[in-house]
This record gives sequence, structure tokens and C-alpha cells, in this order.
Amino acid sequence: MTAQLKFRNVTLGYDRHPAVHHLNGEVASGALVAVIGPNGAGKSTLFRGIAGILKPLAGSIHLGGLDIRDIAYLPQSVDIDRSFPISVFDFVGTGLWRATGFFGGMGKAEREKIAHALAAVGLNGFENRSIGTLSGGQMQRMLFARVLLQDARLIVLDEPFNAIDAKTSADLLALVRRWHGEQRTVLAALHDMELVRNHFPETLLLARGPVAWGATEQVLTDRRKPDGSATDVRGVRRQRRRLRGRCAIAGRLT
Amino acid sequence: MIIYDALIAPFTEFEFMRRALAAVIALALGGAPIGVFLMLRRMSLVGDAMAHAILPGAAIGFLLSGLNLFAMTFGGLIAGFTVAILAGVVARTTELKEDASLATFYLVSLALGVTIVSIKGTNIDLLHVLFGNILAMDDQTLLLIAFNATITLVVLAVIYRPLVIESVDPVFLRTVSRAGAPAHLAFLALVVINLVNGFHALGTLLAVGLMILPAGIARFWSRDITGMICIAVASAMLSGYAGLVLSFQTKVPSGPAVILVAAVLYIGSVLFGSVSGLIRQMFPRRHLEA
Repeated sequence: MTAQLKFRNVTLGYDRHPAVHHLNGEVASGALVAVIGPNGAGKSTLFRGIAGILKPLAGSIHLGGLDIRDIAYLPQSVDIDRSFPISVFDFVGTGLWRATGFFGGMGKAEREKIAHALAAVGLNGFENRSIGTLSGGQMQRMLFARVLLQDARLIVLDEPFNAIDAKTSADLLALVRRWHGEQRTVLAALHDMELVRNHFPETLLLARGPVAWGATEQVLTDRRKPDGSATDVRGVRRQRRRLRGRCAIAGRLT
Repeated sequence: MIIYDALIAPFTEFEFMRRALAAVIALALGGAPIGVFLMLRRMSLVGDAMAHAILPGAAIGFLLSGLNLFAMTFGGLIAGFTVAILAGVVARTTELKEDASLATFYLVSLALGVTIVSIKGTNIDLLHVLFGNILAMDDQTLLLIAFNATITLVVLAVIYRPLVIESVDPVFLRTVSRAGAPAHLAFLALVVINLVNGFHALGTLLAVGLMILPAGIARFWSRDITGMICIAVASAMLSGYAGLVLSFQTKVPSGPAVILVAAVLYIGSVLFGSVSGLIRQMFPRRHLEA
């Protein structure tokens, strides 16, 4: 399997303050990877780096020849102006940027694609609603519809199931599984360890640097408690030092 | 006949009124769509600040050549572009927000401009610079305003899609295209061009009036950006026409008359607007059934 993403000693941060240190490793094309770790671990920073919004302070991220338009990025704190006068249909239609660009028209084929994407996330009948009238869960469904339209090879989802109900989570998770089945590379930042265990074959545990990376069952051992409720960043750091000392890091860390 | 004399005769009988009407129509076509984007991008006060930022350039043009159209336009454009680019660069490369850096420019520019005009000109020149004189449009000024409005519509058509996406979801645009920054800078350039237009017609203090007030009016009548732009253009044209008639019939200064009519439309929209107008909120329509 060829590598879709290569991290070469990547350090990412803000205003010279690193948030992710010295990450090395590869994500295979078509992989479904959960990125876990407590708040402040650097998950969102890593994703911003992959999406090209944040330049590495050091090292490099190789995208396996992908153009930025081949990456779909769903940020955590969505920076969307919900008071902007735009309908759900038009908003989701922006996902066709790759095909339409500046001037491309919205013909019948494009309109059908948008309608299918809205149907796939259960937003039939919401086409003409203003985005400001949507609930949190409906908003997340709409953003997934846009990701669908982006038809990207690499999909990066930052805490996509936060603050949404179980039904919405299940529906959106089905979409993630579908993308995985289509051999797209998917990375998702998550806090629900059961969800990670059950649905994500590969996991990267971050704590401002890589703690463990590999098959989920090897990363999520009883000794490691990566969710924020069980430990804190400092605890994970201690854990990382212990693990490094024993050369016990599993998986793909290089 | 009385209605004809009041509303139409001023334009059939007097060429200066026809020129003024053509000028406000051009101003409305170019400025109102820009005003809608200024408002939606929460840059209304930025537009006002930039209106003042063009003053020192126009004033230097005045200092060198008197009330010469091209000298003042050129000076205004140079000053406006300089401030727009500097403010844009500062906002995108530092933590200072665009409105904060522009507020500084606004105060300094206004003080500098008034000082420069006062060095050479009379109080009448100063009034001309501050409030414009739409009734004294010559051919050159009218052509310049029409040219600028045309440029505005063409460039806006080019950057429309990235501008809309950047307004509603800037992070998304950054992940799919590098067009965000060029579109933003092009938009700021359009703001400057239309402020120079407004400067010639309405003066530096009211230049932004036919951009922002119609946009505010449109917000109360449409939830759709295309509808908002159409309503903004129509209300700007109506304000221009009615303001000119008011000025002709009552001797109220023309620039303020145009803006006051727009203000009346704005107040009417706040009260009766179908989208979150006060009366609509007091008597809401029956909700839809699920």
C-alpha cells in the first residue's frame, strides 16, 4: 500500500510555540485512522497542517502528490458565519468548487449531485432553508454533505461527532465507513474510545507528540488512557517517556 | 401636471439634473453591491474609515492642481489603495484586526486631508471636498463615475464566488483554493474605487452613504444575497432620484438630501421590513407545521 501522507520530523505550532513536536510516520492510502488524545494534545493543529492552513515550524508533510483540492477538511470549531444569507443548497454546492472553480455553472448534473449529497445525509427538504436556521446536528450533516461533494482522496475530520445525538453520529459514521470502503484516506480526531475500537482499524495517540501509532487494539491498551477524562497531557507525556524507554511503541512511528 | 412638475420636469428641463441623476444611478449600480458585501463581512465601519483615508490623496491633488478631476481622483486612488493594501496586509499577517488598523488611518487621514485643503483652499473648497457637489457634474466626472461602476461590476462578477465563500466560510476557501487573499484585496480595491466615485458626488463624509444605507435596507427585505443586492441597488437609485427632487424643490443641499432619503427608507425598513422588521416581530406570521 502506498503512503498517502508522510510526516518528516514535523513540528507544528502557533507563533513559534509548538503544539505538535517531531512527528514522523506515514499514513497508507485508503487508511482509516483515528487520532486521539486529550484536549490540547495537538490533534486540531496536526489537521490544520495537513489541510495546508498551518505551515510547519519545522519538518515537512508530504501529501503523496495530492493537490489541496483533493483534501476535504472539516474543522472542529467551524468558522462559519451562520448569519450569512445563503441557503443550505447553495452552501453545500460550494463543495463542487473543484469542478466549478470561479465561473463554472451549476447545471442539471451539478444540481442532482447536490440533491444526492443532501439526501445521503438526511437533509431532504432543507434545500431552501437558510443555514442560520439549522440545529447543531443538521449543521454537521450539511458539512458532511459538502465533504461528500468534494469527492476528495484525503478526508480530515476534526471531532466530527462532538455535540450531536446518537442517531446523527451513527448516520455520519456510516458515511465515514463508506469513504473507507471507497479507498479514500480518512483521518478523524475522536474522543469516544468505544467508537474508535469498533470502527477505526488504525489509531494515532497524540500528546503534543506521538505516543503510539498503529493497529487500534495495540494502541488502546488498558495501560494507556488517552481520553481527557482519564488522564491529562502531562500524564500522557509521562506515559510516552515510559513507553519510549521500553521501546514499546507499536505501529508506524519511525 | 403638478406631479409631473414636481417629479419629472426638473430632469427634462435642466441638464445638470439629468447629469446628477445619471451619476446617482451609476453610483447605485457600482456602490450598492459593494455595500452589501461590506455589511455581510462586518466591514461597514471599515468602508467609512476608508472613505476618509482617500482624503489626503485627493487633498494633495487639490493642492497641486486645484479642483482638477484627474489630480484629485488619482491622489484619492493612490491614498485609498495604499491604506487598503496596508490594512489588509497588517490584518492578515499580524494579530491586529482590520478595523483596528483602519480606525487609526481614518483619524490621521481626515486630519491630514482637512489640513492640506485648508493650506491652499477656501472654506468653499473645503465644503466641496467634505460634502461633494453632485449638481455640478461635468462630462469628465460623469464618465469617470460610469467607468468606475462598470469596472466594479465586471470585477465583482469575477470574484463573486470566492468572495461569497470567503464571507461565509473562510477556512473552507483556504482549504480548496488560494483565491481568498486575491479576492479580498480585489474587493478592497473595489471599495476604494467606489469611494472615489462617492467622493466626487457626495464628498468624503458622505461617500460611503450610498453603499452602506442601501445594504442595511436590503437586509430587512431579503434572506438571499442575490435578492439583497437587487434591493440595495434599487433603493440606492430611489434614494438618489428622490434626494435630487427633494434638493431641487426645497433647496436642501443635494448630497445630504440623497442620504436623508436613504435614511428614511432605512427607518421604514427597520419598522416594516419583512425580514426581522420591528412590526413583523410584533405580529409574527403563523409558524409552519412540521
